[in-house]
Amino acid sequence: MATAPVTMKELQSPVEPTWCPGCGDYGILNAVKRAMVQLGLRPHEVFFVSGIGCGSKLPDYIRANGFNSLHGRPVPIAQGFLLAHHDMKVIVVDGDGDNYGIGGNHWLHIMRRNPNITHIVQNNMVYGLTKGQYAPTSMKGYVSTTSPEGTIEWPVNPIAIALAAGATFIARGFSGDPKHLADLIAKGIQHKGYALIDVFQPCVIFNRVNTYDWFRERIYKLEDDPNYDPHDRDAAWAKAHEWGDRIPIGVFYINEEVPTLEEQIPALAEKPLYQHEIPPKVEDLEALKVAFM
Amino acid sequence: MVKNDVSFKLGGEAGQGVESSGMGFAKAIARSGLFIFGVQDYMSRIRGGHNWYQVRVAERQLYSHEPQIQLLIAFDERTVDEHLPEVVEGGGVLYDEGFKVDAEAIKAQGVIPMPMPLLKIAEEVGGNKLMMNTAAVAAAAGIMEFDLSYIEQVIRDNFGRRKGSEIADRNIRVANAAYEEARKRYAHLFEWKLEAIPNAPKRMVINGNQALGLGALAAGCKFVASYPMTPASSLFEFMCAQARRFGIVVRQSEDEISGLLHCIGAAHAGVRAFACTSGGGFSLMVESLSLAGSTETPVVIVLAQRPGPATGLPTRTGQEDLLFALHAGHGEFPRAVLTPGTIEQCFYEMARAFNLAEKYQMPVIVFTDNFLANSLRAIDPDAFDFRKVASEIDRGKLILPHEHEKVEQAVANGYRRYEFTDDGISLRIPPGHPKVVYSVAGEEHLPEGFIDWEETADNRNKMMRKRMRKLEVAAQNDMRLPEFYGPDDADITFVCWGSSYGPVREAVDTLNRNGMRTNMLHFVDIHPLDWDRVADILDNCRSWVVVESNYTGQLARWIRMNTGRKADAVISKYDGRPLNPTYIIEHLQEVLVGV
Repeated sequence: MATAPVTMKELQSPVEPTWCPGCGDYGILNAVKRAMVQLGLRPHEVFFVSGIGCGSKLPDYIRANGFNSLHGRPVPIAQGFLLAHHDMKVIVVDGDGDNYGIGGNHWLHIMRRNPNITHIVQNNMVYGLTKGQYAPTSMKGYVSTTSPEGTIEWPVNPIAIALAAGATFIARGFSGDPKHLADLIAKGIQHKGYALIDVFQPCVIFNRVNTYDWFRERIYKLEDDPNYDPHDRDAAWAKAHEWGDRIPIGVFYINEEVPTLEEQIPALAEKPLYQHEIPPKVEDLEALKVAFM
Repeated sequence: MVKNDVSFKLGGEAGQGVESSGMGFAKAIARSGLFIFGVQDYMSRIRGGHNWYQVRVAERQLYSHEPQIQLLIAFDERTVDEHLPEVVEGGGVLYDEGFKVDAEAIKAQGVIPMPMPLLKIAEEVGGNKLMMNTAAVAAAAGIMEFDLSYIEQVIRDNFGRRKGSEIADRNIRVANAAYEEARKRYAHLFEWKLEAIPNAPKRMVINGNQALGLGALAAGCKFVASYPMTPASSLFEFMCAQARRFGIVVRQSEDEISGLLHCIGAAHAGVRAFACTSGGGFSLMVESLSLAGSTETPVVIVLAQRPGPATGLPTRTGQEDLLFALHAGHGEFPRAVLTPGTIEQCFYEMARAFNLAEKYQMPVIVFTDNFLANSLRAIDPDAFDFRKVASEIDRGKLILPHEHEKVEQAVANGYRRYEFTDDGISLRIPPGHPKVVYSVAGEEHLPEGFIDWEETADNRNKMMRKRMRKLEVAAQNDMRLPEFYGPDDADITFVCWGSSYGPVREAVDTLNRNGMRTNMLHFVDIHPLDWDRVADILDNCRSWVVVESNYTGQLARWIRMNTGRKADAVISKYDGRPLNPTYIIEHLQEVLVGV
């Protein structure tokens, strides 16, 4: 972590975002920067990995390390990088199609491994960059170019799946409330393990249903209820299924008892993998030959 | 009496211990100072079906098996029926006297039926019918009058520590009883003998996958991510077994897509990484390969071939994926393809693959196949020179983030990840240092690493030329031309790649012994290559015949595509079984008519 305070200016990238005016991604970008400032994280201490989609352009729009990869594929790249350089703050940023659709299998497995990775999913319930097809989180009956008569599938429930899959930090935010979201992101980064932050993010061009107003009418914060304990798995399970007139955001679930993936790997006990000297000692290699003779 | 020149085959159901007995016997023979070539054949099942293990023995280094055998050791009746045609005149078939075997059919072939009370000895002397394997191997040793102490030692190694020496003792008693009985009954009838070589040097009994693993370790590989797939799995398991000792991160990913992507992430952080798989798994890796090419990320992929298409013949061998790997991945980007042909080459080429990957910042695909991955040979330990590999480690233009002075210097010189350079290779500093902060992308990008949002034609042209220039430089400076084996001035040159090396080499030796003048031209480096020089080499051959295990003649096509030169003939095999010298020689007669 930094000694001199990090500023928003320091995190400014020379690249201008190509997002549409009013896009929820601006709010997410703002929240990510605020979180880094809050935690005193310098650009070189963070590694963003994104997929493909509007939101996945984010690594270029922030001054930090980044890897803009393939649709549905940031999760394994993030894990490989983390295991080779485990004191870097690794943050995956991708959309609902990227992570809950094509990337679903990778998502399922990162959750049961619990590496120290923060995962921000930009959930706008539509495919924006490819111009308006429905997405895994689109509500049933949602009309789009690929569902002209309304979708006939039930949407993915990311919070419930994350709970079932063993995720140790599950939160949901709203790009229209970047301060609250920044706080969630900061908590996620600080959490020792995998942290999911699903973010409601209006797509002003293609999703005319789930708009800023639509969300503001429904969302409420879990932390406003003093009786809600995010360590209570059963309570989280119940909240995960709340949808309709009232939709909870905030921290659904935290479990701080689970070891991270990397702290269980002997090779990483002393120092990060990239710092290991290679090749191994010749004597150690020669000793292997005995077993063959 | 024929000394130390024999092939024997064990056959039975999956679960009967055919492979372990065969390998144990091969190891015992190797320890006596002889050379062996062990090859297995098994089905995609855990119990039942039919498996076999064949061992060829000689006093010289062997590079292949041969289809004909002198002794067949049957763990079940089916083995006798299936493999009797392979037994030479004067050879023998060893089986339990309780089997229903047509001894007359055996005799009609000029072969000696050798029934033995194997099960009885196992039960009465050992107290366990599972010891029938030990009885069978010892009986075979008795027939060939091979010094039983080598087999006893293998038994002690297998059972001594793990299951307690009491089981080892019982197995040894079974072995002795079977040995004596078989020797008494059949040794005087059987021509082929095995005799230990006194004071022979110790050799390693090792297969191709193990050699690839040693090569990876020797080259400083620190990260492996894979999904099990036959015949790559044993390489992956080898690395898992060495992980703690050598401080390596080995991850079994949820699928092959994830496996290669894990490696890309790790390599981006500055670590040597590889994934291993077979054709079907490589199919899943294809998009990620394109990503590695675009982001200029060094990764090594071992492609252990088996016959396709689709699930194909999972436990068999073939060379069907060469053109696939050469072209895999959308768009155009540099890669290298290496196809080692021997177990020794597996070791060196795997180590070299990491050097090429990091020097040229590109993916490198190392080919093997079921035959090379699993075949056993006895090799001088000095053939695996760890010091040599260590001295040749080349990480290219890499500066690690904790090498502060070098980083500062590079930054002062205006470091950009994808700087345009003469040789197309730009400096690579993985993230971590405060002064080196950048983003990379699969999209077409600027020298800084950012996505080229303007998508200018100028930047695109420059970046494409930068990446592809690396291939030209590699072809000139680091890639090797195919190598000859055999006499110069041959009438027929066999051109081949990968594991065909062994069978072709032995075919060349046999043909030349019988008065012909042939040689072999073996490709290890397939791409990139200095094709003008390859064309010169081929033009100097009187005639050249490509030998490969696929239907479409993939190397022949690749050569033609790059040089315009057409092979005089192609000898193909695509039945899932490995090439062997006899097959090559027989098919040569056929194609010679056309040449």
